[in-house]
Amino acid sequence: MNKQSIISIQGLSKTYDGGFQALEDVDLEIRKGEIFALLGPNGAGKTTLINIVCGIVNPTEGRVTVDGHDIITGYRATRSMIGLVPQELPTEAFETVWNTVSFSRGLFGKPANPGHIESVLKSLSLWDKKDNKMMTLSGGMKRRVLIAKALSHEPRILFLDEPTAGVDVELRQDMWNLVRGLRDSGVTIILTTHYIEEAEQMAERVGVINQGSLILVQEKQELMDRLGNKQLRLHLHEPLQGIPASLSGFDLEFVPESCELVYTYHSQRERTGVTMLLLALGEAGITFHDVDTKQSSLEEIFVNLVTWEK
Amino acid sequence: MNIYAVKAIYVFEMARTFRTIYQSILAPVISTSLYFVVFGAAIGSRITAVEGVSYGAFIVPGLVMLSLLTQSISNASFGIYFPRFTGTIYEVLSAPISYVEILLGYVGAAATKSIILGVIILATATLFVPLQVAHPLIMLTFLVLTSITFSLFGFIIGIWADGFEKLQIIPLLVVMPLTFLGGSFYSVNMLPPFWQTVTLFNPVVYLVSGFRWSFYELADVSLWVSIGMTGVFLTGCLVTVWWIFRTGYRLKA
Ligand SMILES: Nc1ncnc2c1ncn2[C@@H]1O[C@H](COP(=O)(O)OP(=O)(O)OP(=O)(O)O)[C@@H](O)[C@H]1O
Ligand SMILES: [Mg+2]
Repeated sequence: MNKQSIISIQGLSKTYDGGFQALEDVDLEIRKGEIFALLGPNGAGKTTLINIVCGIVNPTEGRVTVDGHDIITGYRATRSMIGLVPQELPTEAFETVWNTVSFSRGLFGKPANPGHIESVLKSLSLWDKKDNKMMTLSGGMKRRVLIAKALSHEPRILFLDEPTAGVDVELRQDMWNLVRGLRDSGVTIILTTHYIEEAEQMAERVGVINQGSLILVQEKQELMDRLGNKQLRLHLHEPLQGIPASLSGFDLEFVPESCELVYTYHSQRERTGVTMLLLALGEAGITFHDVDTKQSSLEEIFVNLVTWEK
Repeated sequence: MNIYAVKAIYVFEMARTFRTIYQSILAPVISTSLYFVVFGAAIGSRITAVEGVSYGAFIVPGLVMLSLLTQSISNASFGIYFPRFTGTIYEVLSAPISYVEILLGYVGAAATKSIILGVIILATATLFVPLQVAHPLIMLTFLVLTSITFSLFGFIIGIWADGFEKLQIIPLLVVMPLTFLGGSFYSVNMLPPFWQTVTLFNPVVYLVSGFRWSFYELADVSLWVSIGMTGVFLTGCLVTVWWIFRTGYRLKA
């Protein structure tokens, strides 16, 4: 993987006019061509961070560069590289889909290119709506129009601020396929989402932000390995009447309904205890016909992290 | 220079006018015609000519100014307020576009509309009164300068306003009275001496006076004072806009 950084955020802080500090000394490097997921509870500062990089909110302190250009002194260079899909759905009610998407392309300094707009609209299943006024579209369609607007000027970096809120399951899959396609064509993608399985599916790296501080940035796999508990499930031949004393040293739980014995362990520990457990089971004469393991999801990890922070 | 962006905003704003053609063009034309019918024909026929110009013809420049001022302000203020209100302003703020370019797009479109409107009203006026323009170039200069200046002023109001009432308040409470009292319908020297002096504090007097001079060579104040005052107001608006953009006032959090 290419580890060259494309966005570099150093010591970024934001205090809004009312005196509320939304970001506190954030350092973050986004790598060229990656999909980066920014996670965090409501009000954590995700949108604030994105809006600063895009030029919508003024930073209070710190420095952001995009492909080597400062976002303030080199705003023309940085902004023309970036496409933004905002979290809210602001639209020009009386404009047609075609006009509003073409407008975006012009705004970002690109000459008209109907062919490109057409392919963007088609890839978002909006082609048959191209002459519709914005106010006649459903919420999910509006969201896709905003994505089309962001893609209209062929950005090299795409910010997706909760792109799948209010989008149905099938379309969500289409959208992720589109995002993967963009990534494959070299676009760097930064997304926020509250659907953690999405980050888990899509992202290569994950950042967790809470109360304005970036509390963790890690390869998704590493994060899951590092913090992930694993569960070993043994499907027993016969139900147990309680856990035998010889096994009391293990973190075990018996589920009578499915006749399963569940062992929770930490997959990154030197000694997971799996061998010991299996030996002990043999000695105790407990037999099983199947085994599976399950890793805790990013969501569980995330909830642990955020509650731990509090 | 991001020409494509200026064009995109300009075309977008002009398209909005043509969508609301009745409100933008037709309404002012109708109201101006009504002024002619009431002041020009009905009342004007009983008023003696002002310094050799029939009353109907005398009020034409004032009526054009009245429309230019109110329409420039309302078009420009609405043009920038509406995206702020709906939130679509995010796109302009995140675009690789300078403040000058934003102004060229929004204020340029609003001023263009006003100029078109001014010409339409003048054309309408010729249906009611014999119209002569002694100095067409100066007339056009005033038309263009006023449109730009008050579109800028409208732009400022559109950024300052944080509700629809505020959008209306300055045009209704300040601009309308000043215009009515600014010599649109009378010559300043028709007033008692005391009020003549008070009137000189009204900036609209200078606009109307200069504009009327370009038609009939009749002026309440000298042409150069008129041009100077317009310049002063234009500069004031430019400085305010420069400050707005520099600080991000009401545009960026
Ligand atoms: N314009 C503003 N003025 C004052 N405070 C603001 C402003 N915008 C955001 N905030 C505050 O900053 C904090 C962070 O907001 P932000 O929108 O960045 O959160 P977020 O992580 O995107 O949350 P969500 O998941 O709900 O979208 C919140 O407490 C919010 O109230
Ligand atoms: Mg947000």
